[in-house]
Amino acid sequence: MQAVTVEHIVKKYGSKKETVTALDDVSLDVAQGELFGVIGPDGAGKTSLFRILTTLLLADGGHATVDGFDVVKQYKQIRNRIGYMPGKFSLYQDLSVEENLRFFATIFNTSIEANYDLIKDIYIQLEPFKTRRAGKLSGGMKQKLALCCALIHRPVVLFLDEPTTGVDAVSRKEFWEMLKSLKKQGISILVSTPYMDEAELCDRVALIQSGKIMSIDSPQSIIKKFTKKMWSVRSAEMFRLLNDLQQYSNTEKCYAFGEFHHLVLKNDAEGMDPVMHYLEHLSHLEIEMQLAKPNIEDCFIELMSQ
Amino acid sequence: MKQFLIFVQKEFYHIFRDRKSLLIIILMPIVQIILFGFALTNEIKDSDIAVLDESKDVATAEIIHRLDASRYFNVARYLHSQVDIEAAFKTGKIRLVVIFQNKFRENLLHTNHAQIQLLADATDPNTATTVTNYATSIIRDYQNDLTTNTPLPYQIEPQVRMLYNPQLKGAYTFVPGVMAMILIIISAMMTSVSIVREKEINTMEVLLVSPLKPLLFILSKAIPYMFLSLVNVSTILIVSVTLLEVPINGNLLLLMGEALLFITTAVSLGLMISNVTSSQQTAQMISLLGLMLPTLLLGGFMFPIESMPKPLQVMSNIVPSKWFFIIVKDVMIKGLGFKMIWKETLILFGMTLFFLAISFSKFKTRLA
Repeated sequence: MQAVTVEHIVKKYGSKKETVTALDDVSLDVAQGELFGVIGPDGAGKTSLFRILTTLLLADGGHATVDGFDVVKQYKQIRNRIGYMPGKFSLYQDLSVEENLRFFATIFNTSIEANYDLIKDIYIQLEPFKTRRAGKLSGGMKQKLALCCALIHRPVVLFLDEPTTGVDAVSRKEFWEMLKSLKKQGISILVSTPYMDEAELCDRVALIQSGKIMSIDSPQSIIKKFTKKMWSVRSAEMFRLLNDLQQYSNTEKCYAFGEFHHLVLKNDAEGMDPVMHYLEHLSHLEIEMQLAKPNIEDCFIELMSQ
Repeated sequence: MKQFLIFVQKEFYHIFRDRKSLLIIILMPIVQIILFGFALTNEIKDSDIAVLDESKDVATAEIIHRLDASRYFNVARYLHSQVDIEAAFKTGKIRLVVIFQNKFRENLLHTNHAQIQLLADATDPNTATTVTNYATSIIRDYQNDLTTNTPLPYQIEPQVRMLYNPQLKGAYTFVPGVMAMILIIISAMMTSVSIVREKEINTMEVLLVSPLKPLLFILSKAIPYMFLSLVNVSTILIVSVTLLEVPINGNLLLLMGEALLFITTAVSLGLMISNVTSSQQTAQMISLLGLMLPTLLLGGFMFPIESMPKPLQVMSNIVPSKWFFIIVKDVMIKGLGFKMIWKETLILFGMTLFFLAISFSKFKTRLA
């Protein structure tokens, strides 16, 4: 049995005159024990999908199950066995770390002691601050506490909606380490994120854009599908370089990517020499051009333009 | 049960850790009672008056003495000529000027007719009417004392007694009024705000995705505020009995029971508000405008409902405070038993059931 199945889910917002389609015929499956990422920019429909799966919203069409239960008819059963961490960390700012955890444990008919082993690795970092009010914790600490609260009742499926948004790089890395160890305990995890670099840490990802799923696969396979050569180019004048490259006759796509511009050519057979000549002709200085390994973000941009 | 207990405990943490709000909740009733009791009183007490006595005889001296001795007036100035009158009013302190004509006693004894002029500052018409009434009745008393020795052929003497409130104290109406107002504000506003806050800080999403039953959620939200409101009722009663000397003539237990019923009405109103709002500010605004204003204007304690236009009179029937106000007045001031207020109690009970039914049927187990 799949942990999550989504079949042709449609979700629309707004009145009859103006409707915004947040989810357009979305289908996906999450296997048991899988760490599944939903990757997409803000407004792609990630939160809508999560809310439908956590039984908080009703879809306008389609069908979905979580742990074998229907999200509409059997929502009560689902609510007993999932853990959910909404986009904004949902903690009581005026309760202490321990009080927050105890509250959520009791609400889910369990106790901290009963499931301590599950959260031990995470909670051990919070324990020195357990009498501190949640409002006075740092962003990374809050996020860990929220994860503990979502985990304390030993859920079968864990839904994390943008858990790392607004969290520093170190905490983000730690957080993903935690998700990996949770996966080992057999918990299926559905996580959404706008950060492409996090996609590569998932077993499988769904790339979502404007409510449509563009690709579902393991990060490695998605990258493998990128068959063209990817060049990274830089020069002394990066902005003019971008304009010039975009106007070049053999350019298929060129966009800024960190310190370099990523360039995909229409005809890979020509190689880099004509490009270099073109740029030198336009009197660019300090030109560097080399082959680059495409990553998931390049694939996403490639898919977006199709 | 454990779920319920920890939820109530959590609510109390919220209340006790928000020191400022707690202080407001605890002190508001006391401050309001004291404000209404001493500052915002519409009773006339020790009003400054001035006297222009052109006669200066035994009779005028006696009348002036009686005015000064009454608890309504304080003779602050003796004027010497007509010109001073204008100046006296211009100070703004003098509410009334009493003018005796020349040869007052002589006229009274020989022609059986003497005149006193009362000039009142009518910029505040209510006060002006009241002070002239008080002054007239003091003068009439003096006249009656003069005529006791020589009986008139016909005499109708009205015997007036002010029942339930012999001293005509304003406190007798505003204590029940303030009680109704405070309970509406605390119970309805606090309950609605505390539920809406869960929506605002997103904890509602997590609570919805938990096995917690809606009934349990609503109950655990309501109970802490019902408890706080009962504390408020007690402070209001203690302050009014000790400080304002308003007695509790009826059964205290009955009074508390009725208060508890009204608190439940207010809490269910709060639940209804929280169902239709999604921000704390809106909830506060609706509670203030939608509940406090009708309570003040149509509750019957600021303005008598009988003298309102018919449509407003009809509207006042849907204001729960109106019925609670009647109940408290009947039980606390008149000392009546349950037999006399069962109708009002039934109306409040019906309203509560109605509001609760709406809140439960509208309670969203999902976000939208």
